[in-house]
Amino acid sequence: MALIRIDELRCKGCGLCTIACPHKLIVLSDKINHQGYTPAHITLQDKCIGCALCAEMCPDVAIVVFK
Amino acid sequence: MKQVFKKPESLKDVQTHFCPGCHHGTIHRLVAEAMDEFGVQQHTIGVASVGCSVFLYGYFDIDVVESPHGRAAAVATGVKRAKPDSFVFTYQGDGDLAAIGTAEIIHAANRGEDITVIFVNNTTYGMTGGQMAPTTLLGQRTSTSPYGRNKSKDGAPIRMAELLSQLEGVAFSARVAVDSPRNLMDAKKQIKKAFRYQVEGKGFSFIEALSACPTNWGMNPLSANARVGAEMCDYFKPGVYKNVENL
Amino acid sequence: MAAIEAGCRYYFGYPITPQSDIPEYLSRELPKLGGEFIQAESEIASINMLLGASATGVRAMTSSSSPGISLKQEGISYMAGSELPGVIVNISRSGPGLGGIDASQADYFQAVKGGGHGGYHIVVLAPASVQELYDLTMLAFDLADNYRMPAMVLGDSVVGQMKEALVANRRPDTKLPPKDWAVRGRGGGEQRVVKSLFLGDGELEAHNWRLHAKYQELKERETRWEEFMVADARLLVTAFGSTARIVKTAVMMAREAGLKVGLLRPVTLFPFPEKALQRATQQCKKVLDIELNTGQMVEDVRLCVARDAEVNFYGRPPGAGSLPTPEELLEQIRKHY
Repeated sequence: MALIRIDELRCKGCGLCTIACPHKLIVLSDKINHQGYTPAHITLQDKCIGCALCAEMCPDVAIVVFK
Repeated sequence: MKQVFKKPESLKDVQTHFCPGCHHGTIHRLVAEAMDEFGVQQHTIGVASVGCSVFLYGYFDIDVVESPHGRAAAVATGVKRAKPDSFVFTYQGDGDLAAIGTAEIIHAANRGEDITVIFVNNTTYGMTGGQMAPTTLLGQRTSTSPYGRNKSKDGAPIRMAELLSQLEGVAFSARVAVDSPRNLMDAKKQIKKAFRYQVEGKGFSFIEALSACPTNWGMNPLSANARVGAEMCDYFKPGVYKNVENL
Repeated sequence: MAAIEAGCRYYFGYPITPQSDIPEYLSRELPKLGGEFIQAESEIASINMLLGASATGVRAMTSSSSPGISLKQEGISYMAGSELPGVIVNISRSGPGLGGIDASQADYFQAVKGGGHGGYHIVVLAPASVQELYDLTMLAFDLADNYRMPAMVLGDSVVGQMKEALVANRRPDTKLPPKDWAVRGRGGGEQRVVKSLFLGDGELEAHNWRLHAKYQELKERETRWEEFMVADARLLVTAFGSTARIVKTAVMMAREAGLKVGLLRPVTLFPFPEKALQRATQQCKKVLDIELNTGQMVEDVRLCVARDAEVNFYGRPPGAGSLPTPEELLEQIRKHY
């Protein structure tokens, strides 16, 4: 079981995590955050394997991973 | 549950000024991770350059000296000679290191200064608004090469990792990319190696990190990221160009 | 010798005539003292090595001559902006451009008015003898550390190449503030940053006002000059550096001839002895400024003298081939007496 936390305030919506996730679990939101970006969020948390590739690719260190 | 990924200690918990999809943030983090791994944060002196990388002190929780444009390698020389026990690294962009600072980087490398240089190549002058850099690819349009970089007029892009590998004083020279998990993991490995070489006093270590600049390339973050793999890695091939341990 | 006595163990430079004796000497001596000597790839690199070393809190220096000092201006501006100490010796030559290696005082403007960008000052000391070159070099280190700013020793090939008796004075016992701003690697302490970029709202303005206040304090406390037979003078001659020595001889000759002539020699070109000049010209209404250029310090002299004083100038452009003789200067003194 794994868990990721995306800091939606810190996220700039670049989407690099969306292509890093081997299971394509992360998508960009329709909502706009306080910076004016559409932050990423995880769709199916229970499918996450905690590989942390999303966090590794994130240029803004906006993702933390628990396993 | 155990936290398996978190912000490195050497990095401050702040929002960066970098544009969405810019690889500076990723490269900052990898450098901070290496700093943590070798436990050097408390005796590191970072040397900032001019360009998007100037705010080093805002993001790294370390002592920092800001240097004039292109002169980081000379400033780092002064720092390291005066404080040989400190860990010293510069962080420079392509305009800074490969154009205005060419003399400083070549001679610091040739003297084998015991410093680590992180060179971020994004084929453009980011801070000043996307002008042509010494590493701009042939045909690439920038705000000062509106018809595309022309080899007969502007010369070909400079390959710094290869160029510096020719110098006796260089202990380690590698080019990395952070556009995919695979490249990023390799980048992490090479940056740590560059740090280890300084920690072990092996001499000058150099990392050229390819980076996207979505804003000045006029691309969205994902297309810019894809360009790194598709176009940049083709001309600027990632790899290790010098490693004294293998000689 | 003075630099070593002052505790300087780091030198970064690039060869240029007529100052190469300095790097030659230090390349021999500094390694014996556990110091570092680097012959850099350029003057630009050497001033930046000085910037880096100074940022760690050590005493360090560079030296060069006019064209090389031009190349160092970028770094000097950054050091002034970053409030870094550091000593720069300029054994100037004649210009503009490659010019020649003759004695010249044509770098007064560059040294005193802030040769680089951004509106700053550095301490500028003008020795007139080998002894002063020695003593003022030590003073330069103290002033640089005390005020956290670069200090320049401005000589010419006459002072720089002269051989005369020297008393190797000991380093003055000056009380200096701790360098609690120097980078050292945090070591568990607060982050320290040496920088000249201030982007925050009002930050740069505040920084510049602080620099300005420092320059005012320097004017109040550190202005140095020499007065020679000024008290009853009818004509006051102003001159600095090596030229002032020739002037002094001419003043003595004038006195022998019964002319009441005095000499006021600024030792610090920045801060300039404004008040001393103002005071001296309350009684003495005629001033003759003599320089080895076509008129540079004379502009500051004109700004500082009493309102009704008359300022004349005599000078020779750089590279005239020979220095003015005392007789030649005496003739000028008679002309303007």
